[in-house]
Formats: sequence, structure tokens, C-alpha cells
Amino acid sequence: MNRPFGTTILDTAFRYMVPFIMVYGVYVLLHGEYSPGGGFQAGALLAIAVVLTRLVQGREAVFDMKGDTAIILAGLGTLIYAGLGVLTVIWGGNFLDYAAIPLDLHAKELRPLGILVIEVGVTICVMGVIIAIYDALTRKDDDI
Amino acid sequence: MRILSMVFSIMLLGLLMFGSLGLPLIGDKDSPAAEHVSPRYIEKAYKETGSPNLVTAVLADYRSYDTLGETTVIFIAGAATILILRTAAGRKNAEGGSDE
Repeated sequence: MNRPFGTTILDTAFRYMVPFIMVYGVYVLLHGEYSPGGGFQAGALLAIAVVLTRLVQGREAVFDMKGDTAIILAGLGTLIYAGLGVLTVIWGGNFLDYAAIPLDLHAKELRPLGILVIEVGVTICVMGVIIAIYDALTRKDDDI
Repeated sequence: MRILSMVFSIMLLGLLMFGSLGLPLIGDKDSPAAEHVSPRYIEKAYKETGSPNLVTAVLADYRSYDTLGETTVIFIAGAATILILRTAAGRKNAEGGSDE
């Protein structure tokens, strides 16, 4: 798993697949309010794009994310979620009451906005955790 | 002993099948699970949350505190996995280094 497989078919196929997987991941995230989908699924899709590159190209992959960066991103995603909850309390609402966001919008528009923010947090968290676990499983001993 | 366990298994199977007769039918609108909060979610979710997807409305708005817990669990699980894997690899590396 640390060396590239090197076959022409894999090397060509994943170049076409990865952009579509990433676009589909963003679509699932942004369209999650209207259709099946949401943060967890989008995070898995975005992480698979990176994991697939690592599977095919090995450690020489250009499109890569380090395990340390990934776990920091995962913590950041959780922080976005919890931070929005704390901010809504500071802005005078209940915990995670999106209607308290101080924007000049109707509550019916504020609530989908809050849902989108926490879905972004969930996506970043799931993506970071999957990439970080993959990186920890496939790292060499001398990398530590 | 085998016959005894077989008889016990068949008795348990019969008991479970008898118990399943009392379960509500799938999609029964009068079943206990569909009586308390479900109608309220179905009727008012779009008006209250502005999200046309009922699943998202419940997951991310009504029960968003629960989803915050789920996200935290995923993050803690990932962090623990990485800590364990890296510690194990580092220990193996240190032992290999001392042998040389």
C-alpha cells in the first residue's frame, strides 16, 4: 500500500473517478436539506477521494493529506458544530437554536443556514477521521 | 446435552414467534411509535425548520444536540485509534532500534 500499483488501468481510471467523487460529495453536503444525504455521507465521499488516491499512487501521491492535518481538521469540524451551539447561547437563544443567529433574515431562512453550518462541521470531522485512520494504518514505522 | 440445547432453542423460537404476534403491523398509524411526536414532526417540520427534508429537519434541528454527540463520538474514536496505532508502532520501532 505504500508503493503505487503502477498498472495503466488503475492509474487512468482513478484520475477520472476522483473529481467526480469529490463533486458528488459536495453535492450531497449542500443538497442534504432537500434530498437524502447530509454531513456523514458527504464526509465519507470526500475522504474516499483521498484514500483512493493513496491506494493507487501510494506514498508518492500528490493529492494527499497528512494524518496530523486530518485529525486537526476533524477536531476543527467538531469545534464548528459545538461553537455554533455556544454562539447561539451568547446571541440570546437556546443551545443550537439557529433562529438566534444575528442576521437580517427570517427564521425560516436562518434555520436552514444553521443546519448547513453544522453539516459542514460534521463533514469535515468525518472526512478528517477517515483519512487520519487510513494514514495511521498504512504509515511506515520510521515515519514516527 | 445436544438434545437439551436443541429443545431449549426450539422453545425459545416458539416464544419469540409468539411474542412477534403482538407487534404492531409495519406502517400502522395507530402503533405506539407513530402516536406521540411523529405526527407533530410530519405536520410542522417544514413550517418550523424550513427544511423540506424531514430526516434532516429531525437530525439537524430538533435533535441536533444528539448529532453533536455523534460527531464528538466519531472524533474521539478517531483520535483514540490514532493514538493506539501510533503508540504500538512507536514501541515496536523502539524495540527494533535497541536490538541493533
